[in-house]
Amino acid sequence: MTAVFREEAGRLTAALVRSLGDFDLAEECVQDALVAALEHWPREGVPERPGAWLMTTARRKGIDRLRRERRYQEKIARLEEPPVTTPSAMPDERLELIFTCCHPALSREAQVALTLRSVAGLTTPEIARAFLVSEATVAQRLVRAKRKIVDAKIPFRVPERAELAERLEEVLAVLYLMFNEGYLSTGRRGATDRDLAAEAEWLASLVVALLPEEPEALGLLALMRFHLARAAARFDRDGRIVLLKDQERWRWDREKIDDARRVVARFLALRQPGPYQLQALIALAHADAPSWEGTRWPDIVRAYDALLSFGDSPVVRLNRAIALAHVAGAQSALREVDGLADDLDAYHLFHATRAELLRQLGRVADARDADRRALALTENPAERDLLARRLAAAG
Amino acid sequence: MPRYMLMFVGDETRRERSSREERERTYAAVGAWWDELSKKGVVKGGEQLGPSATATTVRRVNGEMKVFDGPFIESKEQVGGYALIEAPDLDEAIRLAKSWPAGDVEVRPVVER
Repeated sequence: MTAVFREEAGRLTAALVRSLGDFDLAEECVQDALVAALEHWPREGVPERPGAWLMTTARRKGIDRLRRERRYQEKIARLEEPPVTTPSAMPDERLELIFTCCHPALSREAQVALTLRSVAGLTTPEIARAFLVSEATVAQRLVRAKRKIVDAKIPFRVPERAELAERLEEVLAVLYLMFNEGYLSTGRRGATDRDLAAEAEWLASLVVALLPEEPEALGLLALMRFHLARAAARFDRDGRIVLLKDQERWRWDREKIDDARRVVARFLALRQPGPYQLQALIALAHADAPSWEGTRWPDIVRAYDALLSFGDSPVVRLNRAIALAHVAGAQSALREVDGLADDLDAYHLFHATRAELLRQLGRVADARDADRRALALTENPAERDLLARRLAAAG
Repeated sequence: MPRYMLMFVGDETRRERSSREERERTYAAVGAWWDELSKKGVVKGGEQLGPSATATTVRRVNGEMKVFDGPFIESKEQVGGYALIEAPDLDEAIRLAKSWPAGDVEVRPVVER
């Protein structure tokens, strides 16, 4: 029943936001309908067309609610439209909802919170726990975002062709941020909390279902699936982080990798390369490799070169240097990395990477200094633990 | 039809440093922008404003309105003009703002009474 709820709640929210033009009211109507479903369905069984049942119920409950409040009078008419008779007649407006929630006029935090709330149905406490902020903070972000949508008149619409690519980039950035937050914070949150990374993947697969020919959406979905496929190997028995090079590859979820591979095949067929697709191809190269040493590093370096052509970034250059070390040696790689000092001096992974390369070159003391610097800059507890252990092991 | 104010923000120091040629080019581009929008019938008003050096600020200090030289906020970036436009939604207002050839734009909805 949970899966049905999630699908239908999102659709219902989208449809009601469209017809009522009010996020809060739409949410309340959806909540009322879901509560009614929880009362009736266990007794009477899940209806043949759950979507239509929920919509009818939401409308009825909504009308009751609106009658009680004078200011909503004109909205009653919008709920009293003729009832939906077939599921196919109810259009899926979740794409409109996603683009609205991810509108660039909203702050990034607002985009994330609103998308999780309206499309994925997370509660305020769930969102707060996922991002380790207070419930009041999340509640405030949601209120402000909804008010801005109304006050500035952000339209409920899928952008036109001409603007779609740019607006989709925004959506994908929101989803990627959600994913990374979920991925990095695994272990910090309670076991019962909804997995943010899994939510992000679900949302990405929804975007792909709604926009099946968008290469970058496919790229992001593949990338997420490759990462999730490695999840079981990321932490050891004691809950400590295991780097990719040390992971036990038999723990990787091969089914999920095959899922990701199928998505890769889809975007390759579209022949419109892009950054997420390239990152997915890098992840694919790792997934295909029998071991760290057996990885096709020249392919990965080439992928990073292509990635840089979409936008020079010191972090991408850093990651490229790690791969370069396997192709051209640690000295060359170190030269590249040192060239990024101005940009990345405050980035813990810059120093961690330097430390690794220095160690390969036998410069033990310099490596320890770099590791210390990295440790001082790392905030994530699991990463801190890893660096601390490395320093201790080095003696 | 909803209205928005487009506030044109520019770097005044850059304007001072630009050549006469650059200034004339910008002037022409801005003129073309106004013509285009007027033809579409979406402009309800707008003006160029004097530079921030010509500004005077009146502030409430201890219950009294006092007069000060200069703009509200001391900054390189200042509002140099505005346009009042009609647009059905924010996306359309943003599209118009993006076409402004002479600097940055703040887009604010007008409160309709």
